[in-house]
Amino acid sequence: MIYSEDDRVLLGHGSGGILTSDLISQLFLHYFKNDILEELSDSAFLQMKSKKISFTTDSFVVDPLFFPGGDIGKLAVCGTINDLAVSGAKPMFLSCGFIIEEGFSLSQLEKIVRSMAEEAEKAQVKIVTGDTKVVAKGQCDKLFINTSGIGKLPAKYIGLSKAEYICKGDKIIINGSLGDHSISVLSARNSLKIQANLVSDCAILNELIYQVLDNSRGVKFMRDATRGGLATVLYELAENKKYGIAIDENSIPVKDTVRGVCELLGFDPLYLANEGKVVMIVAEESANEILKIMKRHPLGKESCIIGEVSETNPGLVWLNTQIGGKRMVDKLSGEQLPRIC
Amino acid sequence: MKYIDEYRSPELVNCLLSLIKQTSTKEINLMEVCGGHTMAIHKFGIVDMLPKNIHLLSGPGCPVCVTDKKYIDQCIAYSRMQNTIITTYGDLIRVPGSSSSLEKEGAKGADIRMVYSTTDALEIAKANPQKKVIFLGIGFETTAPGSAVCIQQAFQENISNFYLFSAHKIMPPALKLLADGEIRIDGFICPGHVSTITGSKIYETLADENSISCVVCGFEPLDILQSIYMLVKQIEKNETRVEIQYTRAVQPEGNILAQKILMDVFEVRDDWWRGFGIIPSSGLKIRDKYKQIDAETEFDVDVEETILDIGCICGEILKGLKSPNECLLFGEACNPSNPAGACMVSNEGSCHAFYKYGKNI
Repeated sequence: MIYSEDDRVLLGHGSGGILTSDLISQLFLHYFKNDILEELSDSAFLQMKSKKISFTTDSFVVDPLFFPGGDIGKLAVCGTINDLAVSGAKPMFLSCGFIIEEGFSLSQLEKIVRSMAEEAEKAQVKIVTGDTKVVAKGQCDKLFINTSGIGKLPAKYIGLSKAEYICKGDKIIINGSLGDHSISVLSARNSLKIQANLVSDCAILNELIYQVLDNSRGVKFMRDATRGGLATVLYELAENKKYGIAIDENSIPVKDTVRGVCELLGFDPLYLANEGKVVMIVAEESANEILKIMKRHPLGKESCIIGEVSETNPGLVWLNTQIGGKRMVDKLSGEQLPRIC
Repeated sequence: MKYIDEYRSPELVNCLLSLIKQTSTKEINLMEVCGGHTMAIHKFGIVDMLPKNIHLLSGPGCPVCVTDKKYIDQCIAYSRMQNTIITTYGDLIRVPGSSSSLEKEGAKGADIRMVYSTTDALEIAKANPQKKVIFLGIGFETTAPGSAVCIQQAFQENISNFYLFSAHKIMPPALKLLADGEIRIDGFICPGHVSTITGSKIYETLADENSISCVVCGFEPLDILQSIYMLVKQIEKNETRVEIQYTRAVQPEGNILAQKILMDVFEVRDDWWRGFGIIPSSGLKIRDKYKQIDAETEFDVDVEETILDIGCICGEILKGLKSPNECLLFGEACNPSNPAGACMVSNEGSCHAFYKYGKNI
C-alpha cells in the first residue's frame, strides 16, 4: 500500500498543482500503468482498426463505497465494460473521472483504484485518460466516479443493440440469479441492520458474451440487467408493441436470501439491480446450444431459459406466477433503492 | 424458501380452486378489506383464477389511501418549520397534498427521512437533540401499537424532541359503515394483521347484525384461497359467522398486551377518512397524559387551505362502489409516477395494484 490509514485527500489534490501531480504519478499511474496513459497529454491518442466503434459512459455513486463482493471502483469498470460488451463491442479503452470529498481517506482511494486496475486488466482494457476534482467537505458524499468506454464493434454485431430481429418463439436467457447486487449493497448499509450471507454479482461479462457470440448463431439482443432489473430490460423491448414477452416465475433464479429480504421489505426481485447479469434474447432453435456454451463459463454456470417472446399481448410483459396465475410486469415507477450503483 | 413456498404450492392452489368451483353457485361480492390482500391478490394473479360468479371488491384497508389530504397539508407545514426532521413510512412521502408533497418539500430542502419502524424515528431523535423530530403516525390497529410503544418510550426516557402526529385509525367503524351502506357485501375477507392485535371478535356485529360472513385471512395465496373457500361455504349454507383462517397469527381475543398499550396512549375520536368523510369514533388521538409528544398540540402551524380532489373517485373505490379503471383519470392523468390520489401512490392502494398488475392478459 502506498498510503497509510491517516493520509487524507486535500483540496490541493484537485488544484492541478503539485499535489495533483503527486496523486497522478504515485497512485493512478502506478496502478493503471500503460503506454497511452503514461504520455500524460491532455487527450489520449488511440489507434483502432475498426470502422465502427461503440462509446458509452456511466457514473457511479454507490453507497456504501465498499460492499460484499466489490467496491465502487470495481463497479465503475465492470459497468462500463458490460455496457460495451452487451452491444457486441470488444471493450478497448476507458476514461475515469473522480469527484472526491475533501478529507476522504487516501488509503481507501488506493484500494478503489487498485480494484479498478485489476478489473481492467482482467478485461484487457486500458484506462487511458482521467480527471480528479476535489470538493470541500460536505459538498459531495465521499467519492463519485465516472467512467467512459470505447470498444470496437465488428460489423456483424451492429444489429444486436437494435433488437430488430426479435420474433415470436425466441427464448429469453439469463446467466444467473437476480438481485444479488442490490441486496448485498443494502445489507452493507448499517441503517437497515440486515445481515445477508450474500455477495454482489459485480463482474465483467465481456468474456462470457464473446464466447457466446463467437461460437453460436442466433443471439438477437443482449442487455445487462442493471438499474430497473430484468423487468425494465424486457419492458423496454416490448414497448415497441410488435410482440409480448412471457416469463415464468418458477424458472427465474432468485436466491433464498434475496427472496427473504424482498418479502420483508416489499421489493420485487424482477426490478432489483444486478451488476453481472446479461439478458439474452435468442432464436428458439439456438437456445439450447447457447445455454451449453454459457454454462461452460464460470459466470454462466447458472444460466437458464426464463421465458419467451409471444405474438399475443403485443406491448406487454407478463409473469406466469408460481401458483399458476398471470400478472402484468410494468415499468418501474419511482426509485426502488437509491444509490445502488 | 421455507415458510413461503408451502403457502404457494400450485397443487394445493388447484385443489382449493376446484373446491371453490364445486361449492360456489351464487353470484357473490367478497370484500378484501386490507390493502395487503388487494396487492397479494393481484401480484399472484388470483383474480382471473376464480370463477366469474365471485366478485372481489377492494376495501378501505390501505392506511395511506384513507389518510385525509388535510393531514398531508399539515405534515407539509410541519416539514417547513425550522430545525425539523420529518420521519415517516415510505409511502406517505409521495402522496400529493393540496399544492405540494413531502417529496417535493424534501427536494426544496426540508429534512424528510423514510424509516422502517418507529424505533428508527426515536433513534433519529436521540441522535439529533437540537432538532424537532416528528413521526407521522398513520395506519390501523396494525401500526398503532408501534406508535404507542414509541410514545411510551419517549415519555419514559424523557426524549423531549420527539413528537408524533397521529392519523391512526381503527377498523370496526369503517367496516360497519360499509356493511350498512349501499353496496351488497356477502363476505368480508377480514384483515389478518389488524386482527392479530384486535382479535376476531370485532367482526361479530357484522356477522350478527348485518348477516355478513367473515373470515380472518392471511396474506399468502393459499391463505386467500382457503378464506374464499370458507366464505363460499358459509354463504352457500346461508350462515354468517366469524371464522379465523389465519390461525397461525390470530387468536379470537387478539393481543391483549398491545390492546392495553393502545388504550394507555390513545383515546378514540371522530376522524375524517379520505373518500368517506367523518366516521364517528374511528380515529386515535394521543391522550393528554402524553400531550407533550403530540405534534398537534405542540405546534401551531399555518396550514394551507385544502383543495379537494377533482375527478378522483378514490372515495367510491374505497367503498367498493367502483373499480379503479372506471375513473377518468386512471392511467393517463393519474399513474404511479404522477399520482392524483393516494390510492395510486401506496403499494397497497387498489389503483396502484390495478395499474401495476391489472391489465387483462
